[in-house]
Amino acid sequence: MTINVTRRGFIGVAAGATAALSAPSVLGAARPKVVVIGGGAGGATAARYLAKDSDGAIDVTLIEPSRAYYTCFFSNLYIGGFRDYASIGHSYGTLVSEYGINVVHDWATGVDRDAKTVALAGGGAAPYDALVVSPGIDFVDDALPGWDLSAQNKMPHAFKAGSQTQLLKAQIEAMPEGGTYVMIAPPNPYRCPPGPYERVSMVAHVLKEKNPTAKILIFDPKEKFSKMALFQEGWETHYAGMVDWVGGAFGAVEEVRPDDMEVVVDGEVVKADVCNAIPKMKAGQIAASAGLVNEAGWAPIMPGTMQSAMDEAIYVLGDATQNGDMPKSGYSANSQAKVAAMAISGALTGSRVFPAKYSNTCWSLIATEDGVKVGASYEAGEDKIAKVDGFISQTGEDAALRKQTYEESLGWYAGITSDMFG
Amino acid sequence: MVRRRSWTIRFGALALMAALAPPAAAEEIGDAERGAEIWLKCSSCHAIGPEAEHKTGPHLNELFGRRAASFEAFKYSKAMRRAGADGLTWERETLEIYIENPKSLVSKTTMRFRGVKDPGDRADLIAFLRIYSANPRDIPESAPTALPTDPDVAPEILAIKGDAAYGEYLSSECKTCHLADGADEGIPSIVGWRAEDFVIAMQAYKVKARPHPVMQMMAGRLSDEEIAGLAAYFEGVEE
Repeated sequence: MTINVTRRGFIGVAAGATAALSAPSVLGAARPKVVVIGGGAGGATAARYLAKDSDGAIDVTLIEPSRAYYTCFFSNLYIGGFRDYASIGHSYGTLVSEYGINVVHDWATGVDRDAKTVALAGGGAAPYDALVVSPGIDFVDDALPGWDLSAQNKMPHAFKAGSQTQLLKAQIEAMPEGGTYVMIAPPNPYRCPPGPYERVSMVAHVLKEKNPTAKILIFDPKEKFSKMALFQEGWETHYAGMVDWVGGAFGAVEEVRPDDMEVVVDGEVVKADVCNAIPKMKAGQIAASAGLVNEAGWAPIMPGTMQSAMDEAIYVLGDATQNGDMPKSGYSANSQAKVAAMAISGALTGSRVFPAKYSNTCWSLIATEDGVKVGASYEAGEDKIAKVDGFISQTGEDAALRKQTYEESLGWYAGITSDMFG
Repeated sequence: MVRRRSWTIRFGALALMAALAPPAAAEEIGDAERGAEIWLKCSSCHAIGPEAEHKTGPHLNELFGRRAASFEAFKYSKAMRRAGADGLTWERETLEIYIENPKSLVSKTTMRFRGVKDPGDRADLIAFLRIYSANPRDIPESAPTALPTDPDVAPEILAIKGDAAYGEYLSSECKTCHLADGADEGIPSIVGWRAEDFVIAMQAYKVKARPHPVMQMMAGRLSDEEIAGLAAYFEGVEE
């Protein structure tokens, strides 16, 4: 159906645009402009829904530096050898050809909120009537003493997918026999709550086959983490004796020394062969440059529309937001993007606006065909997006159910990437 | 076909906008600020917050989802230990009953407290306690912080004429997982179904007669009108 209906949709766009132009009393002479900064789960989805649902009545520009987008979700499966690198890469071609979105491969360097323009690194500025900011995360300087971005090739974070993920995978595969992989887990809040622990599972899966005497050490400032009982059960079942999690006060890393591959924790110096350092996070830099973040470094939003609490012409999506109860995940960003796209279309073209509904599910792979999930639904409250219901996989589930959960996650990946990129 | 319909509707949209009710806001469990005042009744025996320790009663950090009598370092009554062994877990629902009258859940509890009789006061106190447990933002499986808005239940569910345009909007949530092109691997296709079949399936998830937890959650928060809207929309999408 993809081809047929999208083709039909494309013809519909042309017809719709004509109709729009013949109805100036509704839409005015010029098409309203929406600029979207960031082409990930939030931005790509918002751009596609704006273009699709307005039938071309809205002029959509997507600003994204990368020509190929590698999804952070499922990048752990690439590390574990369950996906190849190409399978987590996506192009913006369909958003251009089928949806008429103007995709600009450049960095947004600033936002002039009075003039309503976005400055581009390559020069020039993109004017907007509504702006969507979906920049993902950046790392807080000096939050992990001894680590800054210049250390990311020695101690990769691999929490933005792409070359960092490839580097970490190569380092794990090159570990000496019986070597030590150290993960420095991030403090709350951070992108993808179960992500670090799925990663440990995938690293353990690789090491069990290639380097079975190797050790995995996790230093974690948190007392507990998402799907904790499920991961710990899985590590015990599949990777007994390999994974050591040190949490809470004992897991707080004091310093890293990237040149010496050393980690100082609880007064002791630990030698690492691979150190996956995931520092404290904040909203992607452009959100701060545009004046959209609070003291905590995140962008507060209005729960019914995803509008920035600082500027009602700007909508912020995904990991960069401080929204209340929704976790920072690709699924959340995709869900928020649809609410924002509807609100923007309503504001700019007068299309129908329905009550906001949000949801999230995070699947994680623990071992071959051993998948688990956690999910929840959310509604717009007065001051925050609030959790109203949810579910989580249970410990002790049988292999058939875990296999089905894994297969479901493959279906979800196909679904969300098609929802993002067309 | 569906596309054209939504376009037609858009031209009537300005008039419609005025008629649309404002979206219902999720209702939070209670007012935590008011709850902080009610907490003073508890604080002579219980501590909560950073560095809280056991007093006459156990500390109440990370209370939500905690099994009753689960601190090894605290000397619970025999009755409370038995309740924990039976599976009593502290959630909004159990706290609601226990705080109203502790003896209704644990007959021989040694917690000497008459209970909070006013439902509003209890809700506010529970909202206050909720702050000191895991945040769903960081641990998605942690307890809800709000109550779902009640979906309307219509008497003749199958007779509801679905609003396909509303269904199209709602369908964006389905399409995160179910491929819009009708692909059927890992996650089943839902396009081109007869509307009636769709409604029957969704109602079965809604009452949890079908087992899948994601679908139970999705269907559980949809009103009958919303399910009818989705059915009308998906019926019109060709495979």
